[in-house]
Amino acid sequence: MRKPKLSTVTDHAVLIAGSLFMMLPLLMILQMTTIPDTEIIQTGPTLQIGDQFDDNLEKAMLQASGFSGENTGMSMLKNSFILGIGFAVGKIVIGMTAAYAIVYFRLRFATLAFWLIFTTLLLPLEVRILPSYEVVQRLGMLNTYQGLIIPLIASATATFFFRQFFRSVPEELVEAARIDGAGPVKFFVDILVPLSKTMIAAMFIIMFVYGWNQYLWPTMITTDEDMYTLVRGIKQIVQVLEGAVVPEFGRSNMLAVVAVIPPVLVVVFFQSWFVKGLTESDK
Amino acid sequence: MAQVRFSNIGKTYPNGFEALKPTDFEIQQGEFAVLVGPSGCGKSTLLRMVAGLEEITSGELSIAGRIVNAIDPADRDIAMVFQNYALYPHMSVRKNIGYGLKNRGLPKTEIARKVDEAAALLNLGDHLDSKPSQLSGGQRQRVAMGRAIVRDPALFLFDEPLSNLDAKLRHQMRIEIKALQRRLGVTSVYVTHDQVEAMTMADRIIVMNAGRIEQIGTPAEVYHEPASTFVASFMGAPPMNLMRTRAEAGQLHLNGGALCETEHEGEVVVGVRPEDFLPDPDGAISMQVDIVEELGGHRLLHGQIGDDTVTVHVSNEFAAETGPLDLSVKPGAVCVFDAEEGHRI
Amino acid sequence: MKRAGFSTPWLPVLLLVPQLAIIAIFFYWPAIVALHSSFYLQDPFGFGSTFVGLENYTHLLGSAEYRRVAVFTLTFTLLVTFFSLALALLLAVKADKVLRGAKTYRTLLMWVYAVAPPVAGFIAVILFNQSWGPLTELFGLFGHTYMVGVNFNDTAFAMILASVWKQVPVNFIFFLSALQSIPRSVREAALIDNRSASGRFWDVTFPLLAPTGFFLLIINITYALFETFGIVDTVVKGEPGNNPMTLVYKVYVDGFRGNDLGGSSAQSVILMVLVLALTIFQFRLLERRIHYT
Repeated sequence: MRKPKLSTVTDHAVLIAGSLFMMLPLLMILQMTTIPDTEIIQTGPTLQIGDQFDDNLEKAMLQASGFSGENTGMSMLKNSFILGIGFAVGKIVIGMTAAYAIVYFRLRFATLAFWLIFTTLLLPLEVRILPSYEVVQRLGMLNTYQGLIIPLIASATATFFFRQFFRSVPEELVEAARIDGAGPVKFFVDILVPLSKTMIAAMFIIMFVYGWNQYLWPTMITTDEDMYTLVRGIKQIVQVLEGAVVPEFGRSNMLAVVAVIPPVLVVVFFQSWFVKGLTESDK
Repeated sequence: MAQVRFSNIGKTYPNGFEALKPTDFEIQQGEFAVLVGPSGCGKSTLLRMVAGLEEITSGELSIAGRIVNAIDPADRDIAMVFQNYALYPHMSVRKNIGYGLKNRGLPKTEIARKVDEAAALLNLGDHLDSKPSQLSGGQRQRVAMGRAIVRDPALFLFDEPLSNLDAKLRHQMRIEIKALQRRLGVTSVYVTHDQVEAMTMADRIIVMNAGRIEQIGTPAEVYHEPASTFVASFMGAPPMNLMRTRAEAGQLHLNGGALCETEHEGEVVVGVRPEDFLPDPDGAISMQVDIVEELGGHRLLHGQIGDDTVTVHVSNEFAAETGPLDLSVKPGAVCVFDAEEGHRI
Repeated sequence: MKRAGFSTPWLPVLLLVPQLAIIAIFFYWPAIVALHSSFYLQDPFGFGSTFVGLENYTHLLGSAEYRRVAVFTLTFTLLVTFFSLALALLLAVKADKVLRGAKTYRTLLMWVYAVAPPVAGFIAVILFNQSWGPLTELFGLFGHTYMVGVNFNDTAFAMILASVWKQVPVNFIFFLSALQSIPRSVREAALIDNRSASGRFWDVTFPLLAPTGFFLLIINITYALFETFGIVDTVVKGEPGNNPMTLVYKVYVDGFRGNDLGGSSAQSVILMVLVLALTIFQFRLLERRIHYT
């Protein structure tokens, strides 16, 4: 057997250390979901795996933790999915159509539209959070899914992404299609959308994760507990932990785990699409 | 009958750039016309104007007797083969070829029949269910052709369709396209920057330069009687030798030797094709041969006549060596051009 | 626009309307409201507001509290950006080199991308739990009594750690993909020209990564400024007090908790200007972005 080179060994050592740095915190959280809360407040996280996982899962998912009794883990999970999927779908549909209009049409005010849309890339929601809240309030959209999702769509990342992609589609394709008698709608449906499949998938993953992980906006917009998402629920988890005599670590950690699992699975399983989408948007 | 008529067709971009100076000519029914010129000469713009992909900013274009300036590409009764083929990557060969027919609302059975016919004609029968990415360059080229012929149009347009193929395949496809066009008898306009393609395929060549037509003529006319120094140097490989000289007392001289008689006087540019120089011990023109290029069937001699760099084509039977060589010129093979403007006089 | 775009007049308008309507209502309107109210003083009991000109701004810039937050934000941003970029670069270079397990490493190093910032903050709170947090115990070994939420520096460190942890994966993904797009021939040429591996890295690889690095620099600064909100909020447990906080967090605290609408809006506007400056800087950079191809 060939002796491994020293540099290969150090490479692996660095990578293993990095992987542990990434993995250990979540493993710790997971471990804490398996042991009784009374034990946790004595010893904190340990290496031993207990038998409380099912109990904690049931408590987290089915028992309400708030005042209204309506924010069970299940309800928060549902809201998170609605936010993640609604946001991703909305963003893709609106982004694709707008990018299509900008790239493939002769439009007199195209430049104006372009700038109006792309200025939104400059200012993240966080810096205009209060006035945005006021607008949503004035429109009577507090504690609604529309109020939760639509204002988040008001940034043109997907539009920009699809514009870049459409511009990279060979010019001749639209010309060939026009000679083949395809109008703008046919071209979009028959050719552009099928061509963009991978890009749509990549965008969906990125946007789903982004929407799912929203924190500040849901915190402001949803005050009804039955509208909470898992990530928004974290705030409450922390507050409950602070106040309780025997903090329910098992249950709250379980909620954190549930909040993390779906987006992580999506990213891990669709890794190649996701990486492509992410790095491509840079060009 | 004229199939395509250009009346004063011109193209000026909104930024004022004149891509095509107003142009008048006709392409006859069944003719294979080749637009040739260096990149940026306006040949593709002209073709795209015929296709309706580029707006015509002045003049009138008619195809099969109908003025089409304002008509959509789909309704001009044309088909086009693109440089990168522009196949729809997500559709099978069958769907690629049939897409135009489907959009025209033909019944399914009719489409299937026509697609099969075209595929048989192009030897694509075995590949109808493949995706373009599974095909070789030559096969993709055939699919692009199939897409054009299946429509049975009044006019074929080709935009440098062979430039993405390797040399051998290019040669083969050249012959195939030409044969197909003969067989179908469809009027064709073919754009290329490759003068060999133009020479071998065209019924008539339209040589363009800087947004202007330099010459329209049969390959032989363009080759032997170039209308300008541009055409002379663009067509033919190696190109025509161009040499600056003076005509005095009805006689043209080259490097001290008498070349031929002429009616002109004063400064001119003379052009002689490489094969029109003949090695001749009694020749009046002396050349200094620097390099002998062996090409099997023939040899090319590169060197100097006076201050001009020239190339001479000799048969492989001629034992060429570097050093001085005396040449004569085939009678009637000298072209004389205006020294300033470059046009033929 | 494509050379041969469609010229149908009404369709593109129809396609643009949803996007334009959404940004008009949820982007331009709020942005203008923010600008407008930054010149007004809101009555705390909701009885109208008075125009005060630039007073909100001068008040802010004169406030020691605001300056303290600004200084912290700057330090925080620099540290988070530096450490997450450096760590990610190191890991990406190694992950690009190894042959065995490359895919596994890639997965293990990037999944944290999908973790929400407040969850990262939540995990930090547990790691630094006062009575048994593993990191609290680790610091205890060195004689330091770690107190998140009480000691300013301890809290700041927890925030930075969580923020770096959360940001390494994005940088890792970008660096790795940039490394993998370096042509093989360039690597081989370097291999012939330079014996030393570290020499090759600094002379060839690192300059080729520069465009990605600049791009990530902006991404990371934006991240540290804005997206760490969830981390800050969970680590301070919603109680700012004397704890470290970022400028964005202060906008929220003053406006939402403190009901100081004018002051908060002025802060928003300052942040907007900051982001604008960053973006313009980024565009100028992109324009002149070092293209080697």
